Amino acid sequence: MSNQAITLHYDIDAVDFSAAGEASSGVKRTLNQLGVNPAVVKRIAIAMYEAEINAIIHAGGGAADVEITPERVEVKISDNGPGIPDLEKAMTAGWSTASETVRELGFGAGMGLPNMKRYTDDMKVESKVGEGTVVTLIVNINS
Amino acid sequence: MLKVREIVDILDAQVLVGEENLELEIYSGCGADLMSDVMAFVKESVILCTGLVNPQVVRTCEMMDIKVICFVRGKVPGENIVELAREMGITVLTTKHPLFITCGKLYDAGLVGKGVWD
Ligand SMILES: Nc1ncnc2c1ncn2[C@@H]1O[C@H](COP(=O)(O)OP(=O)(O)O)[C@@H](O)[C@H]1O
Ligand SMILES: [Mg+2]
Repeated sequence: MSNQAITLHYDIDAVDFSAAGEASSGVKRTLNQLGVNPAVVKRIAIAMYEAEINAIIHAGGGAADVEITPERVEVKISDNGPGIPDLEKAMTAGWSTASETVRELGFGAGMGLPNMKRYTDDMKVESKVGEGTVVTLIVNINS
Repeated sequence: MLKVREIVDILDAQVLVGEENLELEIYSGCGADLMSDVMAFVKESVILCTGLVNPQVVRTCEMMDIKVICFVRGKVPGENIVELAREMGITVLTTKHPLFITCGKLYDAGLVGKGVWD
């Protein structure tokens, strides 16, 4: 891998749920092509996929910005959705406000944010009620 | 450990796509309809058994490097799902058995639920 950072941008569309995950899929493919350790790629892919799904099911869509350097991958998922009023609660395993419809799609187990925390080396959630949410996920490539 | 070919026999399953993985060795199984529950447990050489039928099942397996999906209770996925699985090199099976029986048969035949990070 060269020393230059690679940056990627994806729009996350909430209209077509069957397309959910395309951004994470694209990032996974890029990391595989760069020869990043598969175990590390898997951790990034899972964490980003959870964040991408959240932007779709909780916030009406958003965007993903990814920066890849030889040392680490940083994924920023941002949306202009309703925001998260109680972040501590949201981080609790099993806690979810997802509707029955979302559950029928296979999501809303309340494990998304805990999974993101578990699979990343660093994670930050910035959220303002009524304005939106930015989730930053960092995974060190040599971890 | 079971080969995918043996799993097909045990479950009396149909292979919808991914014949190329029939000799693949599977060590553990996961039965779930909620994809975040699947993603909470990283395992190696897994088959995912699920009653959920949508493209996100394939996406979840793609992210987790899961190579085999078995849809239960006779559910047959649409062509878009099969096509996505083909693109990802994922084998798709369908069995008439319900989820509990499917998991039970595979457990009985030697698959475990334990993952490498458990
Ligand atoms: N991007 C977001 N915008 C608004 N609310 C969110 C967002 N992400 C998460 N949440 C809130 O946090 C809760 C927990 O999220 P998560 O752990 O991913 O579980 P789940 O998505 O299964 O509900 C959600 O139910 C929702 O209330
Ligand atoms: Mg979630």
